[in-house]
Amino acid sequence: MSALKIKKGTSKHSAYDLRDPHAAPEETHTLAVLVDNEAGVLARVIGLFSGRGYNIESLTVAEVDHTGHRSRITVVTTGTPGVIDQIKAQLGRMVPVHEVHDLTSEGPAVERELSLFKVAGTGEKRIEALRLAEIFRANVVDSTLDSFVFEITGTPQKIDAFAELMRPLGLVEMARTGVAALSRGAA
Amino acid sequence: MTRQMSGAKMVVQALRDQGVDTVFGYPGGAVLPIYDEIFLQNDIRHILVRHEQGAVHAAEGYARSTGKVGVVLVTSGPGATNAVTGLTDALMDSIPIVVLTGQVPTFMIGNDAFQEADTVGITRPCTKHNWLVKDTAKLSDTIHQAFHVARSGRPGPVLVDIPKDVQFASADYVGPKQARTSHYQPQVKGDPQEIKRLVEMIESAERPIFYTGGGVINSGPAASQLLRELVDATGFPITSTLMGLGAYPASGKNWLGMLGMHGLYEANLAMHGCDLMINIGARFDDRITGRVQDFSPGSKRAHIDIDPSSINKVIRTDVPIIGDVAHVLEDLLRLWKAGGRKTNRQAVAKWWEKIESWRAIDCLAFKPSEATIKPQYALTRLEALTRDRDRYICTEVGQHQMWAAQYLGFEDPNRWMTSGGLGTMGYGTPASIGVQVAHPDALVINVAGEASWLMNMQEMGTAVQYRLPVKQFILNNERLGMVRQWQELLHGERYSQSWSEALPDFVKLAEAFGCKGILCKDPADLDDAIMEMLDYDGPVIFDCLVEKHENCFPMIPSGEPHNKMLLGENASTKDAIGTSGAVLV
Repeated sequence: MSALKIKKGTSKHSAYDLRDPHAAPEETHTLAVLVDNEAGVLARVIGLFSGRGYNIESLTVAEVDHTGHRSRITVVTTGTPGVIDQIKAQLGRMVPVHEVHDLTSEGPAVERELSLFKVAGTGEKRIEALRLAEIFRANVVDSTLDSFVFEITGTPQKIDAFAELMRPLGLVEMARTGVAALSRGAA
Repeated sequence: MTRQMSGAKMVVQALRDQGVDTVFGYPGGAVLPIYDEIFLQNDIRHILVRHEQGAVHAAEGYARSTGKVGVVLVTSGPGATNAVTGLTDALMDSIPIVVLTGQVPTFMIGNDAFQEADTVGITRPCTKHNWLVKDTAKLSDTIHQAFHVARSGRPGPVLVDIPKDVQFASADYVGPKQARTSHYQPQVKGDPQEIKRLVEMIESAERPIFYTGGGVINSGPAASQLLRELVDATGFPITSTLMGLGAYPASGKNWLGMLGMHGLYEANLAMHGCDLMINIGARFDDRITGRVQDFSPGSKRAHIDIDPSSINKVIRTDVPIIGDVAHVLEDLLRLWKAGGRKTNRQAVAKWWEKIESWRAIDCLAFKPSEATIKPQYALTRLEALTRDRDRYICTEVGQHQMWAAQYLGFEDPNRWMTSGGLGTMGYGTPASIGVQVAHPDALVINVAGEASWLMNMQEMGTAVQYRLPVKQFILNNERLGMVRQWQELLHGERYSQSWSEALPDFVKLAEAFGCKGILCKDPADLDDAIMEMLDYDGPVIFDCLVEKHENCFPMIPSGEPHNKMLLGENASTKDAIGTSGAVLV
């Protein structure tokens, strides 16, 4: 019986390195997942992401059909196209999942996020914060003599931009809801 | 018509209505009402195991050898946590089982009650789906849903957690026909356009190969029949994963043997050199592909799988066909026959010549010994003496498992029960019990290594109690053979913790359990000893002392592609595994 010659240490990649080194870079996708609103369903979805090593950039969930006990989970994730396809397939085969929509690839979609910003300060900084809030169409939902709470709605990019501007002006804390998204048009 | 009954009675009624005849289980505080109902009836047989892990593996053996759903009943807390390994095993190998667990009463959940565990939380990642039933009115419907999910689509384990107060309370029973229709209805028919593309590729392929897996077995006997028809009609070679053995008969003329890490040379080289790979119900597991960058570099691949997430997960597929194997093969065959049953005969004949040259290497040859029993020899003799019987084979996990896959021939599906995906040592003994319960008159053999076998040996008590004549055929090398082999190849022959200095006397152990023990260490005595095992009407522990340092070949070193196989004892194993391969399992 003849032995084949094996050169030692010739392989540069792990056998589990499944991605083509020339593969496309990572993309960010917004997925809408319609699920039965049953106990533990969110844990199932999150467990899938953590168990298989996928990313969650943001996650929003609430019941959208009370009579049908249906919830909508909007998840923003990043990965190579292959990984995004896997995420969709893995979500789609879960028993309580009814539909999976990739809003990023299915056509134009609107994405909005709501957030609250607490900004503390007096004098010039306080005036500047209020002025910028008006430019960003933020509402003042709480006010004291030395603080505001702003409510702002917009794309994640707009909220990021607002946060950057508020930081030097006395940003104390912020709360963000994560993205809610719908496809554009009638369908 | 609805009937009022207690939750516990509902459980038994739902099982009866689902056609369940056997439950594997172990009682405890949180399932006592259900056990009371089991006591009061005779339709469903309860098999008392000795450990809850054994119950799940027994249910797996039952399910795999019958095609039916296996059922397990265990208590809360430790009962449920002991079931976790079995659930994970069934998930990895797509085995349909329903596990019913007791739970502390609903008003105590979350209080760290005695024998409380977050069972649905713990088992969420190791079940296909699970339910905690907090209302007796929903119990029967949930159990029917559980059976539907377990057996539909890609089969798998499900779990229903039932608090004790839910078992005592009464509500209306809902039968399977009245149960609400599940929205979970996986697609079974393949896309006709893709099937048509595959037919065209079959017609022109020069170096085709069928690569089949456990999905063929799971699809049912019709799928195996259709596969045989397709293989024989096209004349294409066929190989299979560990999980798919028996779908195409080992005596079939197109059979190349198993592929993968310890697969046959001709099967792996054919996979490497093919121009059309037709994957039917397999999932490109890492034991199969080796180094994926170099996997079958010149081939187009078709992939038939009922689970969309299997497509393109590991290997890019040119023709993806999502559907049930039997449905797809039926459509495929009809289309191919209608098109005139065309293949590229000349090219395929040349391909066979190439395959025959690989086959001539005779990769399973081994050096027999007159002094010690070679494990390969033991299995060759076991095969010769049992092949014509109504035989079911189970295994544990390790070298013996790979040798069993290499040296035993499987003619039919559902005859081979082995832990493939999870690689669970301790699987075989309880699995053999589950198989024997389902097939009381058949010959059921568990090919084991002594280390694996010790992991669930308590189940011999179950075998004796229910007079299940399972044959435990232990290839005893006093080593953790596969661990030892990897340490030899990878860790400079430093055999860290891979042998046992204190093994039991298996013959005395057999006597202690009340069954028969046989010791064999001389190759000259082996046939007589095997016959003694086969002739004994009852469970047997067969201690076959084998060569201690035998390695399992052929072998694709981890991190290497199919064409870099190590062959037999003369292979140079020094530095066979590179640094990047060493990190792999």
